[in-house]
Amino acid sequence: MALGLTLTWLTLLILIPLSGLAVRSSALGWEKFWSIAFDPRTLNALRISFGTAFIAAIVNAVFGIILAWVLVRYRFPGKRIIDAMVDLPFALPTAVAGIALTTLYAPNGWIGQFLTPLGIKIAFTPAGIVVALIFVGLPFVVRTVQPVMEEIDKEVEEAAATLGANRFQTIFRVLLPGLAPAVLTGFALAFARGVGEYGSVIFIAGNLPFKSEIAPLLIVIKLEEYNYAAATGIAAIMLIISFALLLVINLIQSWSRRRYGYGA
Amino acid sequence: MALDTTVQPVKLRSVTTEHRIARFSLIALSLVFLLLILLLPLAAVFVEAFRKGPGPFIQALGDLETFSAIRLTLIVAGVSVPLNLAFGVAAAWAIAKFEFKGKAFLTTLIDLPFSVSPVISGLVFVLLFGANTWLGQWLSAHDIKILFAVPGLILATMFVTFPFVARELIPLMQEQGTADEEAALSLGASGWQTFWHVTLPNIKWGLLYGVLLCNARAMGEFGAVSVVSGHIRGQTNTMPLQVEILYNEYNFTGAFAVATLLALLALVTLVLKTLLEMRYSAEISASRRH
Amino acid sequence: MEVRVQNIRKEFDRFPALHDVSLGIRSGELIALLGPSGSGKTTLLRLIAGLESPTEGQIFFGDEDASKKSVQQRNIGFVFQHYALFRYMTVLDNVSFGLRVRKGARRPAKADIRKRALELLELVQLSGLEKRYPAQLSGGQRQRVALARAMAVEPNVLLLDEPFGALDAQVRKDLRKWLREIHDRTGHTTVFVTHAQDEALELADRVVVMSQGAIEQVGTPDEVYDNPNSPFVYGFIGQSNCLQVDISDGDIRFEGRSLGLNAEGEPDGPAQLYFRPHDVRLCESAENCIAGQPVSSRRVAGTRHIELDIGNDRPHIEIELPPSEADRLDRNRVAFKPTRWKLFRS
Repeated sequence: MALGLTLTWLTLLILIPLSGLAVRSSALGWEKFWSIAFDPRTLNALRISFGTAFIAAIVNAVFGIILAWVLVRYRFPGKRIIDAMVDLPFALPTAVAGIALTTLYAPNGWIGQFLTPLGIKIAFTPAGIVVALIFVGLPFVVRTVQPVMEEIDKEVEEAAATLGANRFQTIFRVLLPGLAPAVLTGFALAFARGVGEYGSVIFIAGNLPFKSEIAPLLIVIKLEEYNYAAATGIAAIMLIISFALLLVINLIQSWSRRRYGYGA
Repeated sequence: MALDTTVQPVKLRSVTTEHRIARFSLIALSLVFLLLILLLPLAAVFVEAFRKGPGPFIQALGDLETFSAIRLTLIVAGVSVPLNLAFGVAAAWAIAKFEFKGKAFLTTLIDLPFSVSPVISGLVFVLLFGANTWLGQWLSAHDIKILFAVPGLILATMFVTFPFVARELIPLMQEQGTADEEAALSLGASGWQTFWHVTLPNIKWGLLYGVLLCNARAMGEFGAVSVVSGHIRGQTNTMPLQVEILYNEYNFTGAFAVATLLALLALVTLVLKTLLEMRYSAEISASRRH
Repeated sequence: MEVRVQNIRKEFDRFPALHDVSLGIRSGELIALLGPSGSGKTTLLRLIAGLESPTEGQIFFGDEDASKKSVQQRNIGFVFQHYALFRYMTVLDNVSFGLRVRKGARRPAKADIRKRALELLELVQLSGLEKRYPAQLSGGQRQRVALARAMAVEPNVLLLDEPFGALDAQVRKDLRKWLREIHDRTGHTTVFVTHAQDEALELADRVVVMSQGAIEQVGTPDEVYDNPNSPFVYGFIGQSNCLQVDISDGDIRFEGRSLGLNAEGEPDGPAQLYFRPHDVRLCESAENCIAGQPVSSRRVAGTRHIELDIGNDRPHIEIELPPSEADRLDRNRVAFKPTRWKLFRS
């Protein structure tokens, strides 16, 4: 009975709406689809969305590893609180993050005011988008890497030391390769999140077409113009690319599991 | 051999940790990064809300439109969360306790809203119920409003928050296995009794955890809701949407006032989440750490 | 390389793990640190390795004071109970790791590293497995890789921490023999830690029996087995029986009766008589012998182990006899006396 209920619910809530999208997209016909896909404005929006998400995910990967390391292996006052705070981007509504970040990085903002004399603009440029996406994606790498780091066998580190490896060599040659799958997963999650992010970006981005307009915003704009075809087309492209990414990540993970065994 | 027993041996640094300077630098780097990226924005919300003093802050919250936005958020969450709770439990129950074909497909489906942009989530509902579809026309013929009305908001919110409860419960229930339920059934309990008296108590903390996250997302959702709402002031604006409207009107105090409420919600969620993780980590999840 | 441990004391947060331990390990010998858990044997091993530092005392490798050297500088080889292999490297990369992390001039050429690693794999009988990953190996194979890895750096001393503890009984037996062979071939000074006395006796040139942070006795397997110098060692190594006796005028008296055993030179007073189950002979009558009632009889390999109740709520005595003798025993009464024994005072 529960099964039936679940299936009905899932079908109604998720399957039908999504298939609606698929049906609508295919109703466009190839020609129209390509013209939407290769429209310069669309291409730029996609470029900005995927590009900024990529950069933000890389930053989050690097700092995520450092943060996870510090949280797992060191003791310092306030660690518990810091650890809990890492989840803030999960809990904070994106619109709130959006206006807060804009206030900080606008030319006369808390931080922006120090950067403007140096000629550095963050708000209303792609750089601002990157900052917003760093905020949104922060927890992903940290949380996927933390459990793996906790499982690191101290004896393996001792073994490396007995063999003559200094701390640097132990970390980079022995430990980090083991973290790679988790980092990759976290990176992928942060990236996927960043590509689709809307609320925290539209305030700080400036939303200039061809310059700092993200793909989700373009979809909304097309919707407001009642250009359902274009909106659907762009959405379909985003989904296809994201789906392909997820697939690649999953493949890498299962390959890694087969070769190295379970546990990371 | 001359014995020099007064020599104090050199204390070697533990092999599994770094030089003190390296540790200090890494900790400092992490703290600066977090300060910049996380804490400063949070602080900005509160500071900007009270920039003109507590008076305007209270006024902003009392504004009629803002007030109805708060009410609407509570209604949407109040409907979406319990429904997703019920169906999340049903889904987790089905997946964890039974064997059937297409399980992996079902699990992927449940995860889908997570990987899709919120704007796209909203888009699918517009496409489904829009005025140019047969469903949309049928609905308007019967004077039922879904899009640009509260039902649409609820649907969109449910779509994006559905996975939270299910994802939390599935590994938990899988780990707990079916032994308890089988024992109850063998003792003569009915399916419903088994569920209520055996399964539910086992998952109660995981359930609470999932509901917590689901609620935070439901109240804070922006992208999906923005697309289906039509932004009709006083009627289809939730708190996040109201923040956007106020901000775009340069009513910063107003915008940040509402934002403060949402930020407080986020902090309360974080605190409760941490408490649950600390006390009930075993009961929350197979894979939860801390 | 000879290793000398001098007046080592180690405390962990006030808990004394080792009190004033001194030990000399000869170059090229295979020595066992034997004792129950808590005896400090693993702590001592880790101190030699440099994985811990002593609270007091010194450690010498040859003539050099190694105490100031970090573990990387000591050039030791360490084998862990749970192998500690690098999961994300192939077997070959694991074995060659110690050579690959060397800096500058000390680092051999790539081809030489590979050659040496393959040679070692052949030595441990794992040729052909160099491209595998640890997850694809059995426990015994993993431990052999761990040993090859430790030997690759030509260590001053090889240190093994309960190397066979995580393996099946049969694999354990095979690897024990094989370890001895490897040692004889390569000649490394080797120290291994174990709590299994049969393993220590079988493998080691010398055995260091430890208990509660101190060394009880150091000697060859024969010495510690035949001439234990304390009740602990007597009881820990091999089977033993213990009787409360009284010494009077060079005569050992049990329950008031003389046992006919010569204890000349021993001072008068109460003492404990220790003897092994197989060091007994049967008596015709109870005169000058210990009498008891057989309670159970078990067949263990080629002998019979017979448990005797000697009355007065004393712990049962166990004796070992060849089956032919055991079968001829009187069901109700057995009399015996020890042929070899040792006396200890409380």
